[in-house]
This record gives sequence, C-alpha cells and structure tokens, in this order.
Amino acid sequence: MQNQQEVNRLKEIVQNLLDEAKQQGATAAEAGLSQENGLSVSVRLGDVETIEHHCSQGLGITVYFGQRKGSASTTDLSVESIKETVSAACSIARYTSEDEYAGLPEKALLATSFPDLDVNHPWAITADEAIALAIECEDAARHYDAEITNSEGASVNTHQGIHVLGNSLGFLHGSLSTRHSLSCSVLAQRGESMQRDYWYTVARNANNLEAAVEVGQKAAQRTLRRLEGRSLSTRQCPVLYSAEIASGLLSSFIGAISGGNLYRKSSFLLDALDTQVFPGFVHIHEQPHLIGASGSSAYDSEGVATHTRDLVTDGILRSYVLGTYSARKLGLHSTGNAGGVRNLTIDPGVLDFDGLLKQMDTGLLVTELMGQGVNILTGDYSRGAAGFWVEKGQIQYPVEEITIAGNLKDMLRNIVAVGNDVDYRGNVRTGSILVERMSIAGQ
Amino acid sequence: MKILNLAKQAILVPAGIQDADIEKIMARLLTSSVDAADIYFQSSHSESWVMEGGIIKEGSHSIEQGAGVRAVSGEKTGFAYSDRIELPVLLEAANNVRAIGRQGQEAQIGLIHAANTVQYYPVANPLKSLGEQQKIDLLRQVDTETRKLDHRIEEVIISLNGVHETILVANQDGSLAADIRPLVRMNVSVIVVENGRREQGSMGGGGRSDYNYFVELNRGLGYGREAVRQALVNLEAQEAPAGNMTVVLGSGWPGILLHEAIGHGLEGDFNRKGTSAFSGRVGERVASDLCTVVDDGTIAGRRGSLSIDDEGTPTENTVLIENGILKGYMQDKLNARLMGVKSTGNGRRESYASLPMPRMTNTYMLAGKHNPEEIIKSVKKGLYAKNFAGGQVDITSGKFVFSASEAYLIEDGKITRPVKGATLIGNGPDVLTKVSMVGTDLELDSGVGSCGKEGQSVPVGVGQPTIKIDGITVGGTSI
Repeated sequence: MQNQQEVNRLKEIVQNLLDEAKQQGATAAEAGLSQENGLSVSVRLGDVETIEHHCSQGLGITVYFGQRKGSASTTDLSVESIKETVSAACSIARYTSEDEYAGLPEKALLATSFPDLDVNHPWAITADEAIALAIECEDAARHYDAEITNSEGASVNTHQGIHVLGNSLGFLHGSLSTRHSLSCSVLAQRGESMQRDYWYTVARNANNLEAAVEVGQKAAQRTLRRLEGRSLSTRQCPVLYSAEIASGLLSSFIGAISGGNLYRKSSFLLDALDTQVFPGFVHIHEQPHLIGASGSSAYDSEGVATHTRDLVTDGILRSYVLGTYSARKLGLHSTGNAGGVRNLTIDPGVLDFDGLLKQMDTGLLVTELMGQGVNILTGDYSRGAAGFWVEKGQIQYPVEEITIAGNLKDMLRNIVAVGNDVDYRGNVRTGSILVERMSIAGQ
Repeated sequence: MKILNLAKQAILVPAGIQDADIEKIMARLLTSSVDAADIYFQSSHSESWVMEGGIIKEGSHSIEQGAGVRAVSGEKTGFAYSDRIELPVLLEAANNVRAIGRQGQEAQIGLIHAANTVQYYPVANPLKSLGEQQKIDLLRQVDTETRKLDHRIEEVIISLNGVHETILVANQDGSLAADIRPLVRMNVSVIVVENGRREQGSMGGGGRSDYNYFVELNRGLGYGREAVRQALVNLEAQEAPAGNMTVVLGSGWPGILLHEAIGHGLEGDFNRKGTSAFSGRVGERVASDLCTVVDDGTIAGRRGSLSIDDEGTPTENTVLIENGILKGYMQDKLNARLMGVKSTGNGRRESYASLPMPRMTNTYMLAGKHNPEEIIKSVKKGLYAKNFAGGQVDITSGKFVFSASEAYLIEDGKITRPVKGATLIGNGPDVLTKVSMVGTDLELDSGVGSCGKEGQSVPVGVGQPTIKIDGITVGGTSI
C-alpha cells in the first residue's frame, strides 16, 4: 500500500514536469522518473567485505517545440530543480534543428491496459541474513575441492525500483519491479595454472533463486574445469556456443535489425526483411508479457504497448526492432521496442547439451567470450574465447588464449542446431547454439 | 584554499551544510573499531550535443549530485549514499554504515582544510566556454568540412560532450579536500560507401580542458579528416590473417595493450587478494628490459589526469615496470593500508553512489631507442596494427584481448595492404617479455578512453611508442 502511495506521489511529480513544460511553451513533452532502493552485501573468505545501502532517484524530460527537441535530467527532485530542468531542456530545443521525424509516439500505439506481470516481489532480507546466505554460498564453493584455493567472494543483491513514465498525450503510468541476485566467484590453482570463474542466479522473486549451495558448487565446478587450459593450433572447425553466452550471438542479430542501425545504414542486415537470415528451423519471438520474467513490461520506454510477436519464422526475418523515431525514418510504425527487445526467445530444438556435443562430434565448445570485436555494419566478428576441445562428442581438455572469427551473416545462416538447455536468467532466452564452421586462431 | 572554497560554494552552501555538520557526520561514522571513514560530496553538470544527417539532432543537459558515506573496519566496508545532500539524511546513512564496526564510543574530530595541491587543469566551467550558438557552429563546421572530403561519404555523426564536476572529500583525520574537474570530448564517425560496400571510421579526442580545445589547432576538423581516412582504408581492407605472428603496434592509442595486459593486473585490490596473475611478483621480471611503464595522473589537461583522487590523495607518476622489472602496484587507501604501503593516488570512483577502488589514470610506456621505420623494416612477415577499439582482461588467468580497427600486413619489411580489424589475444604476464623493439615516438592517446571495472566507468588515458612484439595471436579469418 505504501508503495502504491509512493507511485502516486511520483506520478504527481511527472505530471508537474509535463505541466511545467507546457507552461514554458513546449508543444509536447515526455518525462520519466525512477527511484531505486536496495541492499548489496559481499563476503570473502567467510567474512563480510562490503555492505552497501542503495537509494537513488532521477528524472528526465524531453520537450518538443514543434519538430525541435531538447532533453534534460537531474537527480534532484525539488520543485525548484524541476523548473530548472525543464528550462534546461527548453533552452536546448532552441538550438536543435527541425527534424520532421522527431516527436512523441502515435497516440493509438500507447499502452492502455496494464496487466500484472508479477515482477514486483520485495525481499524482506536483513543485512545479517544476506551475509549468512552469501557465506553459505561461498563456503559451498570453497569447500568443494582442495584445488579451490582463493575466492573473489559471494554477493547478495536486492533491489526495488519504481519507474514512472508520462507524456503530454495523456499517458501516465507507474510500475514497481524487483530484482534479486546471488553470485559467487572463486579461484582454483594447480601448479602454475590459476583460473577464476563464477556463477549467478537472478530473479524477480527471491523464491525463484537457485539455492545458495548450488550457486557455490557451480562456481567451483566451472572454475576447476578450466585448469591447465591450452591454446589450439590455428584451424577451422565447428563451434558450439554454450547457452549462457549464446545470447550474445542473438543480441548481435538484434543489433543488426534495430532501427537506429538500419536508418543509419550501419547494419549487415540492410533490406533483409522477408529474406532468409537463419536456416529454416529457426523461430525467434519476443514475449514481453511473460509472467515474472526478467524483461517483462506492458509498454516500452516511450509508453508504446508491447506485443508478443514473431521476429523470425522458418528462418525468415519477419520484422525489425523499432522505436518511434527510427520507425518514422524508415517509413514504418514503432514495434514497441524503444529501449530494446523483451524476453527474446529462440525456439529450443530437440537436442540437450550432450546431444549437441555428439552432433558436433569434433570441434570447439565456447564458454567464455572476451572483447568487443563485433562490427554490426559489416558483420565481421573476431573475439577472444575460452572453452573446451571436443572429440567424438566428448570434452577432451580446456582451451584458452584463442580467438574465434567469422562473419555474422554466415554464422547466423550456418547455425546447425539450437539446444533445449535454455538459460532462462536473462532477457534473451536460448539454448546452446551450434555453428557449422568458424576460424580459430591460436598458437 | 581557492578550490576548496569554490567547491563549498558549489555543493555545501546551497545545501546549508556547515563544517560543523561534516564533523557531526564524521563523528557518527567513527566508532572505536572503525579504521577509516570518508564522506564524499559530488556535483556534476554535463551536456551532450549530437549532429547527424546534417542537422543538430539532439541536445541534453544533466545534473547529478549526492553524497556517499563510508566506514572501513579491517577489510570490511560499510557504504551508503543519497541524492539528497541533507544533514538528517547523511546522519542516517552514517548510522547505517558504522554498523560495519563493533559498537564503541563516537570519536570527536575537528575539520582541517587540506593543503593546496598542484592543479593539473583549469577550474572554469567548460560548458560555458562557448556560447550555445558557438557550440552549434563548431559542430556544423566540422560536419560541412568533413562531408566535403570525399564523395564516398554517406553519413557523418558528430558528438560533443562536456562535464563540470566538483568533489569534496572529508576523511577520518579531519582533512577536507576538493577538486574541480572539467572534461570535454568530441567524436566524429563517418560511414563511406563504394560499389555497395559500406565501412566506417571514427576519431575523437578531448581532455580536462574546455571546448576551445577543439577550435584550437583545428582539432575538431582533424578528427573528421582522420575518421574519413580510416573509413576509406577499411574500404580496401581484405581478410585479416589468423594465427601467431610478429605484430608491430603503432604509437598512442594502441597503448591500450598496457592497460589490459598489465594495468588491471597491477591494481592493488587484486594483488592484496592474491587473485591477479601478477600477485606476489614485485621485483620479478615481467617484461623485456626495453620496457618501462608508468601510471601518471599528473599530466596537465589529460583525460585520465586528476589533481587528487576520489579519496583526497594527490595523484603521482607511479613506476609500475622499470626496465622490465615489476616495481609496484596502483593503490587506494584501503588496499594500501592492508598491504602496508602508501596510497599512490589511484583511489577512484564513478560517482558518490559507488565505492572507490584502485583504478588507472594515464598508463603508458616510455620511449625507447628505435626509429619506428627501422622497426617495420625489421619484420619479414607480420601485422602492423595502427588503431584499436576496446579491450578486456581476465586478471586471474592473465589472458587479455584488444581489437584492432586499422591494421596492415607487413611483408619483407614493408607495410603492404590493409586488412580487416581483428581481435588480438595474449597472456599479460608474458606479452611484454616478447617486446623486442621500442620506438622513439612516444605518444599519448587523443583523449577518448573509458575504463570499466565492476560496473564503474572512469575516464583514462593510455600511450606508448611504436613497439614490436615477437609473437601474439591475431584472430583473423584467413588461414
């Protein structure tokens, strides 16, 4: 109840902002306000390392004077500061250019129904309880094996946020959401070889977090299996992206079909609508209304209603990912994707992880990628990698200090299989992805 | 006292906070078992302008202010922050964080204004260094002149950013220190097209200065020329080679190698905890004797420079590696105390809402004795990497990557043809042992670097002369 009162108070501030903008001569305006509270504790080697109390707020406003636009933001919510912030935005709009594509979304596209997506579950955990949980997690990792020799610690985080969005078309909505996580990172040593890895669990509802012991044990297992990694000779071979990093491959694809990159013509998928981008068995859709999921929301960052929709069916690109501005630049309508996609899902195939290893037979299993070597304009892809060499469907030994390279256009088209070992933690839900062939550079 | 008074005027006076109030908050923080405590006030004004498609498309202004309070007991830290700089709020925050220590008597402290330190940049507000119309005119001039450079240019995007930040930090010894930090940056990126092939190039620069920096020496126009040059080179680029080979790195920004390969591994926190591949190796050889690497926060006007760090410690020119021997780590107060050394002035934080930790400032390698042309000439077959995008490191395994954005093949001692960007991967503790030639042409980067660590981003600088590495893995596609 108290929360709802707070939402109402913040909605009032946003309404005041919009009124103030109108007062100062703006023809249209959009404003957003966020407030976040949280607790983070971290422990290391069985003792507390940090206790952090989070409490932050911020508001932002975009004003339009006809087709000219200006924006401003502040962390100070006082009445005086609100006036100044609106003035700053209005003053900027005097210097920006007329842009025929600028403006608020079409009113008809704004969200009008706000289903309860079950994303708000405050966690009544005290600092002492959080410390105990983190210690339980780290202990499970540290005592897992004698080769676990050091720790970067374990941490528990809990956050609740209130986000209010309003615009001068009459849209005004506030939502509450929570996010809780538990993570652990440990080191292992064998002779000269020292490795570190981690595991984490994250959920809207603390009841859905993995058990602390499980998180600790996974962190330990993932670290131990990397010991005594070696490089590979330079070669071409199949590459299996493990589920927890395969999401990056799909994120690159989303980047290439996002409005901003399309209208700037800086995408390797220009004019790819209704063409074959993936093999025929690939289906990719967006599920913004999934109950309790990490990306769930009834509207995007402009207030446009989100929809469950297909992006790729039978391997064919069916839709772009657009906000209002980029849609207008392209002569299309917003797809409710200002701020990105929500709960992007690639349909899992029939094979589990072991099945994928068998299908690959001989090749590279990648479990970690490093660096930003992805060029969305050309599709050129070259990244540092670590993982395991696989022969006859069996993991042989850990591999490190290599790169994997190719061109995304070919990589997407040459996906051979998608596993059913889906990682549900993030905003992109995928199983492991097997790519037919890439270039490996090593010793 | 000038900076301190300006900082008080900017942050404390409007909030109605007196010296006595800071003493009160500090007293609340300090119990008998607290080893260290600080209160960090920050007020930051920033703006950004974007020109795209030949129009001034976006402009924004942002104010961020707040305070963070911290208490440290042994290795334990309690921390709270607020966007509201109000005495009751800060006292409440102090109550929350002092629970990190055992209960004890509150200590009394008297505030002492810190002695003046050397200033490495001007205090004036860069946002006001040009009028709004002049900023727009500057953007338009760079846009117009850049578009004229080549008929293959399809799009030019220019951004202009400025920050004026004021910080005040009170420590448990009662010292109150302040800094006023300007920071500006301009970036030009272009897309070129020829026969249906599209490529991009980008160049930017800046530092702790004001917008006149981009007008002086026509720097802004220079960024446009350089972005176009890079984009046109990329139009010609063929597949990059794959495998282990000799690589010559250009001077300046390729110093990101040092930042990733050794810089992070030499931050005090990782070494105190024994999680870095460099832990416990002070006094050992970690590079060829041609290599001397420093972290220097004291260079006037550089993007990574600071007069004092975010804990109030004056920055230094810290020798990390001298003639190949590891000399020491970069420290903040917490890790310095726990390792029994002094802070090197590397305690930095993204904002009042984050805890400080050891971070780099400007990290670079000193010049050597080889002529850069002689270095290229010495390579039979290899890669010349002139420009780079970002990088990343795993400080425990030591493996690091950095991505070339402009590279050429070297064949029989000559630079021949351009190849596509590729990621280079190596092992931090041994990559510098393979440095066989170091150029005379030390250069610092143009002032665009940002470094991320544990989710916190801070501006940094890098630099180096041309260097030759006898073997590193290049991640191309041509096998």
